[in-house]
Amino acid sequence: MNQKIYITGIGIISAIGDNVAETLDAVAKGKSGIGELDNITTRHRNEIPIGEVKHTNPELIKILGLPEDAKITRTSLLGMVAAKEAMVWAGIKDTKEFRTGIISATSVGGMSMTENYFQDFLNPEKSGDWLKYIETHDCGDSTEVIANYLGIKDHISTISTACSSSANSIMLGARLIKNGLVDRVIVGGTDSLSKFTINGFMTLMILDREQCKPFDAERKGLNLGEGAGYVVLESEQAAGGKEILCELTGYGNSNDAYHQTASSPTGEGAYLAMQKAFQVSGLKPADIDYINAHGTGTEVNDMSEGTAIERIFGNNVPRISSTKAFTGHTLGACGGIEAVLSVLAIKYNMVYPSLNHSNQMSELKFTPTKVLTTDKPINNVLSNSFGFGGNSAALIFSRH
Amino acid sequence: MEAFIKGIGIVSPQKTFNTHDFLSDVVEYNTNSLRCIEPVYTEFLNPILARRMGRTVKMGIAASSICLKDAGVEIPDAIITGTALGCHEDTEKFLLSILDNQEQFLTPTSFMQSTHNTVSSQIALQLKCMNYNFTYVHKGFSFESAVLDGLMTLADTDAKNVLVGGHDEMTDRHFNITKRAGFWKDENTPTIEIINSKTKGSVSGEGAAFFVLSNEESEKNYAKLLSVKMIFNPESEKEVETKIIELLKEKNMTPADVDCVMYGISGDVRFDDIYYNLKNSLFNESTSVYFKHLSGEFQTSSCFALWEAAMILKTQTIPPCILIGENKKKQIKNVLIYNTYMNTYHTVSLLSQC
Repeated sequence: MNQKIYITGIGIISAIGDNVAETLDAVAKGKSGIGELDNITTRHRNEIPIGEVKHTNPELIKILGLPEDAKITRTSLLGMVAAKEAMVWAGIKDTKEFRTGIISATSVGGMSMTENYFQDFLNPEKSGDWLKYIETHDCGDSTEVIANYLGIKDHISTISTACSSSANSIMLGARLIKNGLVDRVIVGGTDSLSKFTINGFMTLMILDREQCKPFDAERKGLNLGEGAGYVVLESEQAAGGKEILCELTGYGNSNDAYHQTASSPTGEGAYLAMQKAFQVSGLKPADIDYINAHGTGTEVNDMSEGTAIERIFGNNVPRISSTKAFTGHTLGACGGIEAVLSVLAIKYNMVYPSLNHSNQMSELKFTPTKVLTTDKPINNVLSNSFGFGGNSAALIFSRH
Repeated sequence: MEAFIKGIGIVSPQKTFNTHDFLSDVVEYNTNSLRCIEPVYTEFLNPILARRMGRTVKMGIAASSICLKDAGVEIPDAIITGTALGCHEDTEKFLLSILDNQEQFLTPTSFMQSTHNTVSSQIALQLKCMNYNFTYVHKGFSFESAVLDGLMTLADTDAKNVLVGGHDEMTDRHFNITKRAGFWKDENTPTIEIINSKTKGSVSGEGAAFFVLSNEESEKNYAKLLSVKMIFNPESEKEVETKIIELLKEKNMTPADVDCVMYGISGDVRFDDIYYNLKNSLFNESTSVYFKHLSGEFQTSSCFALWEAAMILKTQTIPPCILIGENKKKQIKNVLIYNTYMNTYHTVSLLSQC
């Protein structure tokens, strides 16, 4: 059980870039990807800003070098871009050399296609090659499309625990290696925007009509986003002489058991998840140099998470920011995207700014970091992800 | 990684809420879509809550409460579910209201309950259980992924009792849609004729089954779960055969040690050959049983098979309605479940007598 988990590859696509290089450039310039929505027809288009990947599906198909008429959902396409980058980064050419697996996460799977054709699916008089999208609806479809694209088949699974999904997939990957079931595993998640999600969050009335302001006293809600983020986890043996980006040293999952969609005021689930992550890693709160918070910008999350963080760190909260004001809240993908950002924080000793913050929350003592900093070594990063149903996950990334 | 099955709760198209009644009164159907016989939910849920919940959530909560009670466990150390479609009824409801009303006049309830982890989180909420909570959603691997995690959790944490379940629901709309993709039979098929069917498509099903997996020995335990394996998109039948032999070898067994094999025969002429080939070669000497004629085909149908296997081992009886041919064994010590969902997802579980 003392097996180390090495991270040897990262891949990302979101509103701030198609890959790691573009993402780094955007965060360095403090450039948010949140703006107008182009690729989905919705009556809410002008009401809410969104973190959209600025490529149409045919463009993504072209980027990936797939046949023009490929019937692949946007969730899969985004996932393929990021997972491929992670595989290339890790220098994995032969997936048969070691037992290789993939654990991907998503909240709505193929919904962005289902919602376009649902009424036609139900109408027996209509027919077309779009009937193929009946079978792409399931969450597992995107994982499988990515697995087939990358030639992975030793272990394949999909997790859906709402917005903590991909943090959980990273945790599971580490446990599969520690339990000797795989030698390396691509872990993370992907989610595309859909009318379903946009309207769902509209009815919950937790979408900010402007750019979101995580941990701000005047915060009004979250901005939705889309994208994918994956990291490659390898056992010591599989990683061989490769460049180790960092290690995954801690992980914890817990349930808030308070409400189907709202977090408890004291952040019990978040507190327990972080506590478990510290137990697994053997680190102390004082070892953490940066917290990449879940920080959605909703009234309830930031209060709950902030309280849980202060319960763990007391008056010594390290540098902390939410990167959701850059990417939007990418739901099932956010744990993967933020894992990539956490790895980069260690690689470049970098703390990202929490954009749009101007008013201190009276309930909390800490203030999020507002400007990009590179002045201090970042050796350990805590990354939080919380989801509907009280699902709470925390990960700790550490310098190798 | 092994575990005892300490408690079971199951809602299915058969009369199964009394876990210990092993198919004494089989319900025979003549249909292409089996639906569950549902319990009276007020036994498990506040009626106001129950009215707002989708069927799969209610079935999941009922099955999990029966299971925990059966195991004598109040708060499990983990709640792990597998579901291919999650809360499909709520998902459809919210999607249709978006489409029918051009994104207007929407209410959040069905959206809130549409997330795939609603069952695992509602169980946690009801029990105030803050422990590890996970939901797997990988088509024909959903349930086995959850079981594997249950075994790992018992091995790599100090957990003693974990609640693991599979659940999926069928709706009329989803049946009609997936029928267009060739999933189901056109014709109604009597339960006992499913095994002889030579047409394309299977008879659809649904259900929810929960298990307490434990590392504590007890006389009440049903069976010991020795292993679970998933084989994705095998290149040939030979690959499946090799993996089954490998799994048995890991447990110092050969096919001759398997007294009884439970096959996922679904009556779909496109996918059933592999079962008969295994039955006539590797497991020629074993007793053969099946389950999908009683549960119907669905992506987590193997949760029904796990109940059947556990009951065979515990009661040392095989109800005639699940037997293929005759029972060749006096004592059933080991049962192997082999299932495939549409020839892409192949799963193997091995259980032994306690």
